[in-house]
Amino acid sequence: MNALYLVAIGNVPEKTWEWIENAAAEWYPLPVRRLPGLAIPEGAYDAKRKQYQSVELMKMLAQQAPHDAGRILGVTEVDLAIPMLSFLFGQAQLDGPVAVVSLCRLHQEFYGLPAQENLLRERTVKEVLHEMGHTFGLVHCAEPTCAMSLATHIEFVDAKAEQYCSRCGLQLVQRFTAVDGGV
Amino acid sequence: MKKNWPILVVDDEDVMCESMAAWLREDGYSVDTAPDGKKAVELAKSSDYAICFVDLKMPGGMDGIETMMEIHRVRREASVIIITAYATVDTAIQAMKEGAQEYIVKPCNPQEISMLVSRILKLKKLQSENAILRKKLTRQYRHHDIITKNPRMEEILALTQDIASLRSTVLIRGESGTGKELVARAVHFSGNRAEKPFIVVSCAALTETLLESELFGYEKGAFTGAAAQVKGKFELADGGTIFLDEIGDISPKLQADLLRVLQERRFYRVGGNQEVEVEVRIIAATNKNLAEEVQQGRFREDLYYRLNVIEIRLPALRERREDIPLLAEHFVQRIASELGREISGISAAALKVLIAYDWPGNVRELENVIERAIVTCRNGTLEEQDFSWLRQNSGPQQDWEVPDVSLDELERRAIITALERKHGNVKEASASLGIDRSTLYDKLKRYEIVH
Repeated sequence: MNALYLVAIGNVPEKTWEWIENAAAEWYPLPVRRLPGLAIPEGAYDAKRKQYQSVELMKMLAQQAPHDAGRILGVTEVDLAIPMLSFLFGQAQLDGPVAVVSLCRLHQEFYGLPAQENLLRERTVKEVLHEMGHTFGLVHCAEPTCAMSLATHIEFVDAKAEQYCSRCGLQLVQRFTAVDGGV
Repeated sequence: MKKNWPILVVDDEDVMCESMAAWLREDGYSVDTAPDGKKAVELAKSSDYAICFVDLKMPGGMDGIETMMEIHRVRREASVIIITAYATVDTAIQAMKEGAQEYIVKPCNPQEISMLVSRILKLKKLQSENAILRKKLTRQYRHHDIITKNPRMEEILALTQDIASLRSTVLIRGESGTGKELVARAVHFSGNRAEKPFIVVSCAALTETLLESELFGYEKGAFTGAAAQVKGKFELADGGTIFLDEIGDISPKLQADLLRVLQERRFYRVGGNQEVEVEVRIIAATNKNLAEEVQQGRFREDLYYRLNVIEIRLPALRERREDIPLLAEHFVQRIASELGREISGISAAALKVLIAYDWPGNVRELENVIERAIVTCRNGTLEEQDFSWLRQNSGPQQDWEVPDVSLDELERRAIITALERKHGNVKEASASLGIDRSTLYDKLKRYEIVH
């Protein structure tokens, strides 16, 4: 059976994996496996913007994915962007295997506030559910508490629940119960 | 829903195109990408893009502004958003001047893009709703509330279709309430001006000075209270049709002004010294006999001939009595549903009353009469008694058969009836008979009528 592979890009604290594995086990009927960490690809760094091009990370993930990877999720601490946008919390291929989540702007410290581990855990889980949802074909949801709602600001992330709304959830279930497993 | 609003991203940098497309796809949009202007225009030919993000600087071939102009040539409605890495006021102004909807500097905040896209699409939705409503309106006026099986009216309707796309001036004559405005609308909405404005001006409703500024607009300071420049109806109707109702009532000065507009399609705003040029079709209407007004010297002959290029004379309702049942049924259905009354129809006896009546106010009067009957009606069908008040008011012609008597006898009876109706008042009776009081006295003497 195809698996969901998790991989660190650069250094990622160990506890992060526990959060993600728990959430993945709750929502997706795929075995979750860890891959050895990858270095941040050269050429991804944009010196002028002091950020990393998300597309470069995704390209690398696509290349590194094992043949049985139904999905591959990269997690990184670096700040991601695309040429058009000043930052991204994460990015995914819509209905494709690759997703990436940046923890950088999920830390309270990024906003000059004291660290809050539980808040970081919640935000991480929400962002993982969001990007993984895209890989399973879900688009943005109008319900602000749904993990699939579009967050362009950290407050929007905090307004979400650590779950999909019933409609998006149902869409996922339908996909997983389809004949081909939808994965 | 979002799939109905496809988006195109044009940039020579593949990363820029693909990452932007991916981001928008996550939001549910269907997105295409093009690496240069040429490919973008090619795509735009086959796909109706709602929004095109176009990079300003693309090496070789077309730059962003040229690309935008080409896209607009094939997709007039597409909103183009120009993207650039560095903003200068000059490029922004140029982009907006050439028709860009927005101008954004990359990288921009994701929130900015989301808001921009949803704002533009909100506008698009309103525009498309507007277009649908316009279409509905057009359908409504295609054959258009004009309900008839009268051959003459059918001929007129056919004529409205034939002349719909011409620019020729039309003069519609007919008693009030015969549907002159409806015919004017039918002409406008059947032709190639249907998408353009149809502006109605009732010439009789306004004084000369008011009408002048209403028609031609005025400049700021043209008179006390003219705080800003205001466009007149002629300018508002540009590209479309202006309907001048009650044209027979305008003053000699306005007749002269109007003649100039008809001849030259140009005019001055009140208090203005700059000519305004318009492309407007004129449809005029009157309940007067303009030829007679010309003879009497009340209406300019040259203006009359300018207006009377295509003449439509609408028959009075009493000249098309066969339409009365159709119209009555139509009004019952429409008005009952508007007023929320459950009325199933009109009884045969009631219809007879309606057919017999003379309708000096024509179709408009019929409509008002039906409305009044619906309001006062006690049961589900309009009966004879719902129109009894109409019978009292109606003229002597109804149900009138010429008795087999001499003309003198006929006159004698007419005089007696008139006197009875006016309770012996000779002044009123003579007026209703259309003769002098002295003539009536002579006739009373002659027929030995005692009153």
